[in-house]
Amino acid sequence: MLEVIFSSLGQLFTASHLFYMMVGVLIGLVVGIIPGLGGIAGMSLLLPFLYGMEPSVALGMLMGLVAVIPTGDTFASVLLGIPGSSASQATVVDGFSLAKKGQAARALSSAFLSSLIGGLMGALVLTAFILVARPIVLSFSSSELFMLTLLGLSMVAVLSGKDLFKGLVACGFGLLVGTIGMAPATGEFRLPFEVDYLYDGLPLVVVGLGIFALPEIIDLLVKRGSIAEQSCELGKGWQQGMKDVVRQPGLVARCAGIGSLMGTIPGLAGSVVDWLTYGHAVQSAKDKSQFGKGDIRGVIAPESANNACACGAMVPTLLFGIPGSGTAAVFLGGLLLLGLQPGVSMLETNLDLTYTIIWSLALANILGAALCLGLAKPVASLTRVPFVILAPIITILILFAAYQATRSLGDLFALGAIGVLGVLFKQANWSRPAFLIGFVLAPGAEAYFYQAAQFQGTEAFIRPGVIIIGLMIAATLIIPALRRYLSSRRYGNSAHTSNADLLSLGTIDVILMSGMLAVAFYTWVAFSELSLLGGIMPRLAIAIIVIACIIEICRTVSRPTRWLAQPCRQAAMWVTGFFLLIGSIMLLGFVITAAIFCLIFLLLIARAKPLVAVGITASITLFLIGMANLLTLTYPTGILASL
Amino acid sequence: MTCPNTPSAYPFSFHCKRALLTIACSTLGFVSICASADEVTVPNTIHWTIPFGVGGGTDVWARFFAPWMSENIAGNPTLVIDNVPGGGSINGSNLFAMRAQHDGSQWIGTSASTQYPAMLEDRRVRYDYTDWAPILATPTGGVVYAQPNLGSDADAILKAMSEGRVKFAVQSHTGLELPVLIALDLLGADVQAVSGMRSRGEGRLAFERGEADIDFQTTSAYFSSVEPLVESGRAIPLFSLGVLNDEGEIVRDPAFAELPTFLEVYERLNGDAPEGPAYDAFRKFFASGFTLQKMILVPSDTPTALIEEYREAARRFVDTEAFESAAEAQLGPYTPVVGDVVEQHLQEAMSLSDETRQWLTEWLREQHGARI
Repeated sequence: MLEVIFSSLGQLFTASHLFYMMVGVLIGLVVGIIPGLGGIAGMSLLLPFLYGMEPSVALGMLMGLVAVIPTGDTFASVLLGIPGSSASQATVVDGFSLAKKGQAARALSSAFLSSLIGGLMGALVLTAFILVARPIVLSFSSSELFMLTLLGLSMVAVLSGKDLFKGLVACGFGLLVGTIGMAPATGEFRLPFEVDYLYDGLPLVVVGLGIFALPEIIDLLVKRGSIAEQSCELGKGWQQGMKDVVRQPGLVARCAGIGSLMGTIPGLAGSVVDWLTYGHAVQSAKDKSQFGKGDIRGVIAPESANNACACGAMVPTLLFGIPGSGTAAVFLGGLLLLGLQPGVSMLETNLDLTYTIIWSLALANILGAALCLGLAKPVASLTRVPFVILAPIITILILFAAYQATRSLGDLFALGAIGVLGVLFKQANWSRPAFLIGFVLAPGAEAYFYQAAQFQGTEAFIRPGVIIIGLMIAATLIIPALRRYLSSRRYGNSAHTSNADLLSLGTIDVILMSGMLAVAFYTWVAFSELSLLGGIMPRLAIAIIVIACIIEICRTVSRPTRWLAQPCRQAAMWVTGFFLLIGSIMLLGFVITAAIFCLIFLLLIARAKPLVAVGITASITLFLIGMANLLTLTYPTGILASL
Repeated sequence: MTCPNTPSAYPFSFHCKRALLTIACSTLGFVSICASADEVTVPNTIHWTIPFGVGGGTDVWARFFAPWMSENIAGNPTLVIDNVPGGGSINGSNLFAMRAQHDGSQWIGTSASTQYPAMLEDRRVRYDYTDWAPILATPTGGVVYAQPNLGSDADAILKAMSEGRVKFAVQSHTGLELPVLIALDLLGADVQAVSGMRSRGEGRLAFERGEADIDFQTTSAYFSSVEPLVESGRAIPLFSLGVLNDEGEIVRDPAFAELPTFLEVYERLNGDAPEGPAYDAFRKFFASGFTLQKMILVPSDTPTALIEEYREAARRFVDTEAFESAAEAQLGPYTPVVGDVVEQHLQEAMSLSDETRQWLTEWLREQHGARI
């Protein structure tokens, strides 16, 4: 055993192996940094070269890529508020807030150091765990998986704080949007408007970009200035970020542990782990007030988890041939192309290759994080550039990223629609993570509940694993409430009179709530033909929306409420502009629109020097054309071109 | 036109394979390739639409075939794989049907999940297999196996299955498992199909967890993941689906020569061969989902000479030893079928009579609560 471990370590340090791994790492960094491209795009760049390569060298290259993607995508999350991939959505919440405070370098260096440690711990856990993982992975049946999705959903309560019911409405709406598509139990289609695009449901990337990135762009355009509102020395922040991680050894270790274990559970993995660990960071913190406004722990937690998770995801991929994430799915394809079949043989005849994979993961994590740490300081200075200059670039990037989801025009419309929701949520201070958590977990919750009920019947809910996770959920929900109750008794009622604790209401709140109720009513009618099994999940989501809405309305009516001005006229203007942009893409095609939009925006709105404007426009256009060649992309060509 | 950095460009990177191929080509008559190059103009670049995601079964299959095809077509065109996933391959196939050019520069690679919705007349389908001409098809087989707690051997398990309900984890009721479900129904088994698995692999995981009582895997997955279970006594194989020979009869699968086929089991239990709409449905879906599981097709109004050149290219390598040894891991011990033979099988398989479709619709609704 030890012999195999060390012989594969020796193989790692041969020149060809190191070279190909470095190639993998570099490609991984580039596709990680460009929003919307992730593991899948990276893998498809490498796959053509795989067939016929020496397996151990090829695996090193693939692992280099897999390992650094959750590291590289942090740049977009922190600096631009664009969730680079599904694994780094939670990083956006506090990472981007820190960037706005002028602490981008701090957030980045924290994130990379946590990624590094998380990745190494993940590899370490994997070394031992992969040998005994089989029975443990098999002990997670559909009912335990269902309970884990519930645990993820319970994070909504943790993240919503005092606006619990608004959070529940948001989560219910996320659940409802998440049920669009095919019902797993009966194969019926749940399409609110009979649009073909919705057959597969909305893509996660598009929803993530719409709910987080678009509102931030618009907000920054309304406010003017640069991303960093306060200036700060980048160098100091860089060291500060390292120190932050060192000061939180417990948090890093726990989140890396959660990450690598969740990664090993097939079918769940990446989508929940960042929110689970983010929720954990909030729960375990004494002072919760800064979360969402730029608490460094909100960056450390998900970042130490997501690299560990990428390691853990190798367990189901290698042992069962069941990929834990999108990237792992493509990695699996790579294994098959190399002539390797996943399964028990990876522990027997091919154990040396398995350890090559694990060692490559560890080494690639170190290389990737070191490169990113080096880049952090110069790249963080982006946040000091006036935002109007960046806005057209980021807008094009977001459109490009969204279009990668299914490569159809529908992606752009979906982005706009979710973007509107995101803008309203942001302006009214509703929980956007709650919406996203609902959306991400809806399909899993439904499918696993149905499967648990079918496979196990009522026995599903007395299994020990189910009860343990159930207790964890109860603790998540009850302990904070209990603590709040105790502290309010201790300090009497004095806290209640402060202005901040008063309920508030504004125009957008009213619009959102009446809008949600209308949508709930419409879908109830539109889905009335669904069978019992196929319709249970959307109906449950509707029930959550309606009940939480009613309670919130009762609360605001019965208690003293402060009327809050929620201006949205300027935001509405920018949103309209965005839809005009999509319209122009339909008319003129993507590349031409991007070039014209970029040039006009830079000249007229940003008032940049003509030379600068032309330069930026040219580079954006070249980037888009280059990407099209590299990824065999076809952009929308527009109606005019086809005439 | 051809960017040397195109990711899916194949003609380089196959150092050792190339040597083998050159030998194979010369034995097959390299001269004839050069001669045919004068008669037809093969496009420099062929865009091969794969309506599935990167790294999926059909994608890996296409990437495996791409260098072999490229090396054997006159002029060695560059094959670029274009993944257009969505709607379980329906979206990409619709786009191909709508947009593909007829000059031989566009191919599509389809799979059972592209064939089945067309046969079931899914309302999303806007492609028609009669508009496409097949170049090559690869078959696969499959095995149904069960938990040992149902009985000590295959016969005891088959008996137990007709007496009590057994659970079977499927992707969807109209997915690749459809002929298996029909076969089990014909054998009188009372099967509860739990749908929503994202892959056949997830179904196997449910079996290994003990949630599903029976399961089914195609040949390559059976060898890598189920055989170890059988060896350690955690699974008992019941029957294979068999393979279709050139005369259109279902015979034993060369990969599982020792296992009886579904037909043999049926005949042993009932005395004679099955018939009626259920068996008709089984045969059609078996043929299109297994005998022709994955296919390379081009629009049928592509110049005939080009179609012939592509088919000839496939014939040049499918019987070589070099290909067989490389294909063993990817395709199992089956030889790809080329050209006219595919066309005959395809027409027969895809034509589902209204009576059979009617029976299928009712059977799916009554037995499995699924609507088409």
